[in-house]
Amino acid sequence: MTGVITLADGAGGKASRKLVEGLFLAELRNPLLEPLGDAALVSANGTRLAFTTDSYVVRPLRFPGGDIGELAVNGTVNDLAVFGAIPLALTAGFVLEEGFPLEELRAIARSMARAAQDASVSVAAGDTKVVERGAADGLYVTTSGIGLLDPRVELDVTRVRPGDRVLVSGGIAEHGIAVMLARGNLELELDVESDTAALHGLTAALCALGRELRWMRDPTRGGLATTLNELAGGAGATVVLREEAIPVREDVRAACEILGIDPLYVANEGKLVAVVAPDAADRALALLGALPLGADAALIGEIRADDIPLVLVDTPFGGSRIVDMLVGDPLPRIC
Amino acid sequence: MCLGVPGQILERLDDGLAKVDFTGVRRTVSVAFTPEAEPGDWVLVHVGFALATIDEDEARATLDLLGEAIAAELEPAGNKLFQEGRG
Amino acid sequence: MKYVDEYRDGRAAKAIAAELRTLVRPGSHVKLMEVCGGHTHAIYRHGLDALLPGEVELVHGPGCPVCVIPLGRVDDAICLAERPEVTLASFGDMLRVPGGRRRSLLEAKARGADVRVVYSPLDALGLAVAEPEREVVFFGVGFETTAPATALTLLRARREQVRNFSVFCNHVLIGPALRAILDSPETQIDGFVGPGHVSTVIGTRPYDFVCSEYHRPVVVAGFEPTDILQAVAMLLRQLRDGRAEVENEYGRVVRAEGNPAALAALAEVFAVRPDFEWRGLGAIPRSGLRIADAFADWDAERRFEVPGARIEDPKACRCGDVLRGLAKPYECGVFGTACTPEQPLGTCMVSSEGACAAYYAYGRHRRVA
Repeated sequence: MTGVITLADGAGGKASRKLVEGLFLAELRNPLLEPLGDAALVSANGTRLAFTTDSYVVRPLRFPGGDIGELAVNGTVNDLAVFGAIPLALTAGFVLEEGFPLEELRAIARSMARAAQDASVSVAAGDTKVVERGAADGLYVTTSGIGLLDPRVELDVTRVRPGDRVLVSGGIAEHGIAVMLARGNLELELDVESDTAALHGLTAALCALGRELRWMRDPTRGGLATTLNELAGGAGATVVLREEAIPVREDVRAACEILGIDPLYVANEGKLVAVVAPDAADRALALLGALPLGADAALIGEIRADDIPLVLVDTPFGGSRIVDMLVGDPLPRIC
Repeated sequence: MCLGVPGQILERLDDGLAKVDFTGVRRTVSVAFTPEAEPGDWVLVHVGFALATIDEDEARATLDLLGEAIAAELEPAGNKLFQEGRG
Repeated sequence: MKYVDEYRDGRAAKAIAAELRTLVRPGSHVKLMEVCGGHTHAIYRHGLDALLPGEVELVHGPGCPVCVIPLGRVDDAICLAERPEVTLASFGDMLRVPGGRRRSLLEAKARGADVRVVYSPLDALGLAVAEPEREVVFFGVGFETTAPATALTLLRARREQVRNFSVFCNHVLIGPALRAILDSPETQIDGFVGPGHVSTVIGTRPYDFVCSEYHRPVVVAGFEPTDILQAVAMLLRQLRDGRAEVENEYGRVVRAEGNPAALAALAEVFAVRPDFEWRGLGAIPRSGLRIADAFADWDAERRFEVPGARIEDPKACRCGDVLRGLAKPYECGVFGTACTPEQPLGTCMVSSEGACAAYYAYGRHRRVA
């Protein structure tokens, strides 16, 4: 790999994957890293743990429905939760820019505390570094987390079978659209908030399905499309979606139409995708639907055996299309 | 080649501009090219400009054709086979 | 969404598809070109190709403004963006398009150039007003649909005497491109699905020559699934009856005379270039717009030095053949190998409505299967 880093390398799509596989995995290769999951599974004295880390560089720092602090807690809680882990503790590292207002920092710390309390987890250790003015966008946060794996489940993409059902916990694309609009230069007005939320409640509920729960993820950067491509690749099977079953709020869909962006590629920060055994689909929907965060949960598709693992969307017209991984940061287009 | 989205004019603003609603999304749009458009009218918007008012009657006529197509599809198939020799 | 969802009725689409099968003679071969990339995108996005009878082949036309910008012009835009005093405002579509050195605006931005994505040229003018110390250059691309927006923005810039704003003009005209395709001896197109949104501006009359001189039918169509299928049915009926007329499927927004106010703005602000280079198609006479002399102060080409180099399309790339309907994307030797959406070699792979990108994203499994 040569050249320089571009924004696409961080957008969570194909470019990101290439960077991680071609550079980081190549240099750091080891059995724990190799699956390239959002969390690593480690055992200590017979106890099975999930371990994860994530950095937050969102701009603006505050956006409708949340801020970087809340995002940093929820994102790391979710990376643990979707592996079937109960979050135990987090750490937080701050990179602060010279001149950053203390009042704003306090507000962010407070919303981290609130989010941690909601997720029943504590921020147990931290670190602070200050860089010169202009060297950071005000503030970057990195959180790491550790969680205890629920012994009832065995979540593994290789356990996904043809016929298994795919569910999503609610309307997609809200976070990405909220942040895109909060940046302000698109001049669109829309009452949409980021969906940032801790998913440990939803994942704990689904863990009651035991071995019928196959796999879970939170589709963040790169959107649902990218997460499902990872599912297809990992399972060696095709994911078939029904277009009209995928929940998207009407105004969010309108914003996507105006900007020429496919909601399947827009980031979420509080949604869960789960694959369950065929017979468990109704129970899974009921478990999700009983919780406020899962009120709009929907069965969106199923797994089909196929030589070429793909994500296909069946359209209401009897046709279908391939949904590939995100190629670069979604950009508003005119044509 | 060019993304155009239908929206409804909420109010006319100064300077040839109008506030337009796109199913819950609002944006200020230039209506300089559709001077006849009034609040309540639907317009087709491309890159922040209304290029045409949407003609309700014409929209309905196209939908009626769709209705006919569905109705015809429900009829017996024999009377609408391709007729050789007319091509 | 009103005026959208009604035209996405799966039942109606299937009914029209059934009718299409009655309109073709079994075993015949009808080659239709959808001129507009928006149609290409919609056809793949909704899987409409699966609804067409095997006798009907859809050929993807040159109507993608991003795809037809030649390499040299992309390099010129990158050069402008790299000037320290310049903020280049562009539609998002152009950011990933590689220039002659295979570098894009996105990479220029990563190396420090000030490149901003805007939704409307008016927003670019707004940037210039908000940041008077910057030289804001708007990268103007698009057919007659988009050019009026640039025109009105320039009229406003002159009226308000915004002196730190200019336009790098790459607007092109659809009529001369259609004629170039019809004049290409290898091209055998039986009929055209006409571009819907361009026609809101220019109307339906500019297509009359396709019927009167080349005896091919044209049906101007909207972009929803039933619009496109309906237009195909109308074309097949014309062919069956031996007619070659301009018909309008998209009457809800397209009038025969177009949009007089938008046409007047075009006439005031732009002049037609003697010729303009199209990627894949070469130089086409009177097919591009430049900024009229009365607006010279707002013309980026006159305010800044741009290299203006003419750069050959990559040899291996068959975009020209794809754009003229002579080759399917997968018939190109580099399709999906040296040329992918991440590393596009040819222009048709760049924009999501480019024929190759649409085929790569939505259609490639069907050929494999």
